[in-house]
Amino acid sequence: MTPTPNPTTAAADRPVPPPSALSAPYWEGVAAGKLLLQCCGACGVLRHYPRLLCSACHSTSVTWKEASRHGTIHSWTVSHHAYHPSFAGDLPYTLVTVDLAEGPRALGRWRGPVPSIGLPVAGNFEARPGGFDLVFVPVP
Amino acid sequence: MSLRDRSCVTGIGETAYLRGASASAFELQIEASLKAVADAGLKPADIDGVIPIGIVSGTADDFIENFGITDLRFSAVAPHGGASPVMALQAAAAAIAGGVCRHVLITFGRNISAAAAGSNKAGARIHSMPQFHYVTEFEHPLGASAPAQLYAPMARRHMELYGTTVEHFGEVAVACREHALLNGNALMKKPITLEDHRNSRMIADPFRLLDCSLESDGGAAVIVSSPEAAADAPHRRVFISGVAAGHPDSPGSITQRADMTSLGIGKAAPRAFAMAGVTPADIDVAEIYDCFTYAVIRQLEDMGFCKKGEGGPFVSGGRLKLGGALPTNTHGGLLSQAHVWGLNHVVELVRQLRHDAGRTQVRDAELGVVTGYGDLGDGALAIMRRE
Repeated sequence: MTPTPNPTTAAADRPVPPPSALSAPYWEGVAAGKLLLQCCGACGVLRHYPRLLCSACHSTSVTWKEASRHGTIHSWTVSHHAYHPSFAGDLPYTLVTVDLAEGPRALGRWRGPVPSIGLPVAGNFEARPGGFDLVFVPVP
Repeated sequence: MSLRDRSCVTGIGETAYLRGASASAFELQIEASLKAVADAGLKPADIDGVIPIGIVSGTADDFIENFGITDLRFSAVAPHGGASPVMALQAAAAAIAGGVCRHVLITFGRNISAAAAGSNKAGARIHSMPQFHYVTEFEHPLGASAPAQLYAPMARRHMELYGTTVEHFGEVAVACREHALLNGNALMKKPITLEDHRNSRMIADPFRLLDCSLESDGGAAVIVSSPEAAADAPHRRVFISGVAAGHPDSPGSITQRADMTSLGIGKAAPRAFAMAGVTPADIDVAEIYDCFTYAVIRQLEDMGFCKKGEGGPFVSGGRLKLGGALPTNTHGGLLSQAHVWGLNHVVELVRQLRHDAGRTQVRDAELGVVTGYGDLGDGALAIMRRE
């Protein structure tokens, strides 16, 4: 059960769900500044977010491949309302959905002018209290 | 075996919709359920099937115990958020057509006001739900926490690809509000204009406050019966002529969905219309799940009322208003009546097809559609016919 957010709390910690056995390698990668994607050990298809089976061949065998963190914007939104008190200080903040060069998508924060679909971007993990944000910026 | 016209809605019930209800979710659910049972001309113990929507309050066991049901033959849970009420119609229709049971109670109650501040609202609640585990682990920590934030990229992409505009969203909001003003049991009491919509505060761009559905307390219930068991039902029977459900690809993550502007209802709609033997052009009245204005536009496209990308122009010019070509959300919808996961949409369609909808009655309505939409894009629709 997720702790009940209290909107009157001024400064709260970001939600940090515990990793599962499936996702632990992903979060270890994040801590090392790497965006790791599951790669099917049997047929080589990449997948994200982490899950048990390869939906193409149903193998549980997994290796992890580091993604380039380069891609293009698929869509975006700007949040003007904090649904969890830990985000109140960030308002307004922009989230981008990115088509990674490797195929799967990643969600990240955005630093740059108003985004648009198709814009080439690159991402880096930036430290914040309690974890890291994947932050994308435009690339020339 | 087709489910076409093998079951009918015989009873409907609703509580008053409000904020700050003193009754518990279960009390609200029981009140609505007893009203629906009485409306169907039944006694509580006649119910032999129960589908609680989600498990927000009462379970099937609670109904056995409180209603004195001696032989409950069918129970199920529809776990797909706002798609659940219409998915429950499908489950009830299948159970009845298969001879499993005769009278299925579909029932819902919620009280968001009684819970600790904010804890039972959608933005907080979904992170305890297993179907949102990808959002909870990978997106909530970045600040994509609530449905408005999760659906906003779908809407933004639709705007950029197809030219859908703020005014198109506003058309949906204004139509729902006009209908709510004619409904004595609606939370919203003040008229709004397209200008008011555009000027309402931004929540998750491109969604403004008036693009977002309400949070409210209340209960709703319907009874689905076998036509044979309901031969002497007190009200005009409303038949389920076509019903289907569908799920988008990557249902647990919009971010990873190959086409984030496609919904589960796009897979379900051809099945439901074929089952009923009708087309969208035959529909007299529509009750479309409106968690956000954009969701109405997108579902109309996916059901074939217009082509993909043409939903914005389609809803313009008052088409969705009473007197328009496709009166929609004649009760005010989730946007302006109340939010009981869309079971209020089912109740309203039945009322329309009974010709019992008061000031929002669509004249001579014979055929209607109701949709459900939930959990990031799962969908269902039912095409219903006046007997």
